[in-house]
Parts: sequence; C-alpha cells; structure tokens
Amino acid sequence: MPRVATTLSPRDKLGTIGARTGFARNKYSIIPGLYCVGAPDKKSPVLVTANYKLTFDSLRKELANLSVWILVVDTRGINVWCAAGKKTFTAEEIAFQVQDAKLDQLVSHRILILPQLAASGVAARDLKKLCGFTGEFGPIRASMLPAFLKTGKADEGMRSVTFSLKDRVVLIPLEICMLWKKLLAALAVFYVLSGISPAFYSWSAAFYRGTLLLLATLTAIMAGAVLTPLVLPWIPFRQFWLKGTAMGSIATFIFLLFGNSALNGIEKVALSLWICGCSAFLAMNFTGSTPFTSLSGVEKEMRRGLPWQIGAMMLALLCWIAGPFI
Amino acid sequence: MKDFRYLDETAILRLSAEKCIGCGSCELVCPHRIFQIVEGKARITDRNGCIECGACATNCPVDAIYVNPDDGCGCAAYLINSWIAKIRGKAPSGFGY
Repeated sequence: MPRVATTLSPRDKLGTIGARTGFARNKYSIIPGLYCVGAPDKKSPVLVTANYKLTFDSLRKELANLSVWILVVDTRGINVWCAAGKKTFTAEEIAFQVQDAKLDQLVSHRILILPQLAASGVAARDLKKLCGFTGEFGPIRASMLPAFLKTGKADEGMRSVTFSLKDRVVLIPLEICMLWKKLLAALAVFYVLSGISPAFYSWSAAFYRGTLLLLATLTAIMAGAVLTPLVLPWIPFRQFWLKGTAMGSIATFIFLLFGNSALNGIEKVALSLWICGCSAFLAMNFTGSTPFTSLSGVEKEMRRGLPWQIGAMMLALLCWIAGPFI
Repeated sequence: MKDFRYLDETAILRLSAEKCIGCGSCELVCPHRIFQIVEGKARITDRNGCIECGACATNCPVDAIYVNPDDGCGCAAYLINSWIAKIRGKAPSGFGY
C-alpha cells in the first residue's frame, strides 16, 4: 500500500510547473489504485479521485493529520471535471478499482466519497450494484474535505463552483505555452509577407516589419490570453470574443501610442485589426478553461465571433502587404 | 457564481415535472445550484446559470432531465478541431490541442 505525503516535495512542485506550462503535457498520470494517507483502518473514509497529477496533489496536500484511503481511478490522466465530462470518470471505472483493490476486505463500511464534480460522469446510484459500495458526493474543492469529513455535510458554499483570481492566474501559463507551435508557423508567414515591397522584395523590410508584426502578435497574446483572464469578471460583454476584442482595442491603443510612428495609416489599420482579431480568438478559446460556460453558448459565440476573427486577420494581412505600396 | 454569468437563453436543459420524483439528486450535484426541490418536485430556479455539465441528468434516477448531450468541454480549439473532423468524416481526438 503506497502511503503518500501530504506535503509537496520540490520535485512535486517542479512537476506542477511542467503541467501548468504544458511541458510533456500528457505525462502527468498517477498509477491508478489504492493509496493511503496517515494510518487508516477499517473505519477510515475512502476518497475517490482522478489520476491526474495536479488533482492528486491538490487532494493529498489537504489531508494533513488525517488518516484516509485514496482510491485513484483511471481517468486517463485527466482531471476530475473534464474526465467526468468526457465520460472517462464513471461508476464503472470506480467499481473496477474498488474490486481491483479488494476494498471490501480492507474497510468495514461501504461508503465512497466522490468529488462533486465527478457527477457529470458518475451515476452514483449505479455504484451499489456494480461494487456494493454507496457513492456519496463530497465537496467540490479538496480544501473543503477536512471540514466535510468532520461534519459529514457539505454546505452550499462547498457545493458551488467558484473562479477566483488565483484560479484564473494559474491557467495563464498554459494558455500561452500552448501557442508556441502556432507562433513559430506564424513567424515564418510574418517575415515572408513583410518583405514584399514595390522593389519586389526587401530583406531589411522583411526583418523590420516582420518583427513589428511579431510584437503586435505578442501584444495580442497579452490582451487575449493574459489580460482577459485576469480581469474577466470586470470586462463588459458576456461573449468572450467581445471581451477579447475590447482588451485587444486597449492593447492596440497602447501599442500604437508607444510604437513606431513611421507606420502609415493602412499599416496602422493592419496592426489594429491583427491585434483585435487575435485577441478575440484567444479570449474565445479561454471559454474552455472556465467553469461557467456552456457548450451551446460557446458554439453560439463561435458562430458569431469566428467570421469576425478570420475576417479581421485576413484583412489585416492584406493591409499589411498593401502598406509599402501606398 | 454571481460574478460570472454566461449567455442567457442558450443552454439546453429540460426537466420533466411529470417524471420527476423529487429525490433531490440534481439539487445536490449541480455546481451552479440551479435546482430546488419545491413541494416534492425539482424546479429550475436559475436556468441561465446552467453550463450543460450534465451532472443532474447523469444522476437523475428517472431520466427526467435532458441536457445538451454533445460532449466537448466548451473549448473553442477543440470545437474547431471537431468541426473540421466532422467535415473530413473523422472522429475528433483529445481535448483540442
């Protein structure tokens, strides 16, 4: 029986940085099965969780001075809520681990405490006939488990999902780091397009204007993938692509204010459209990281936002190419 | 979640009062607390708060709740991939990246 620590080692923290920045992104699985914290006995509670590193860490670090069993279900290395949404965190998977660990011989009670957010995939009522255990939904957050275990009850606060500034901040590195491949591809396009000039092709313009376009793109990333998540609740508009456009507009203003004044009008239009279009897309993509957007809603705003984003970016590049000819 | 509201009148969520037995599972599992049991039946008290996570439908013992059944984690890149996959006649894979 592996006994796990309730404090995170420097190596665990390094792994967290890796997971949060998308380094070897699919390699953060925990081996499924039974673990323990402290010195649990036949009467100790059994907590069920997903086999994703960040999930497992956030659970065990809340269990200091407790003695509990932890049953890690094979959710393919995905967190509780996403796995439940994709139906890889199910009653069947839990039952499989219960039987595999011979849990019925280890504990005298027949209760499994499930994370509330597993409910999208786990039909708790099926557990009894599948493995003889009763599933009880605990609180949403692991940090509320000690209080839940003490009283056996979860109040409304423990059952409501929240999205604090800290929750949003930790998501930002991944939003940025997932972009590097796209950015590299875009860089090639930037430098090729930026050199087109009345004198056929100008290498100096390719370098200078290409770099300017890169800076504009980094500005858009700041607006759509950093600023938008940070100030999310305070930006007017419900649709994320509009939030992104708003933040992109502010970023454009600052960019042009401190940027190069040698740009002509059409080039300024190009950079404005580019920053706003990219920022709108990045903000729209952030919907998937929030706990308050619906699939229907995201599809709806994509039908509205994508034409604008694609149009703005295409027009931006056209204007950028046209710039030196005017 | 009063600080965060998404699009109104968009989520697909239906509750059959006829089938409902008032067990309270939906009220318990909903992460946005939009159900309430009133006089032995579930009632949707905040329809626009629904995010279609499906927890209520999965845990309803009498199949009284219908939620948008498409899976997809509401991530735009994933949706674009799945649209492209649909056009090309393939199943989407992964979580969008």
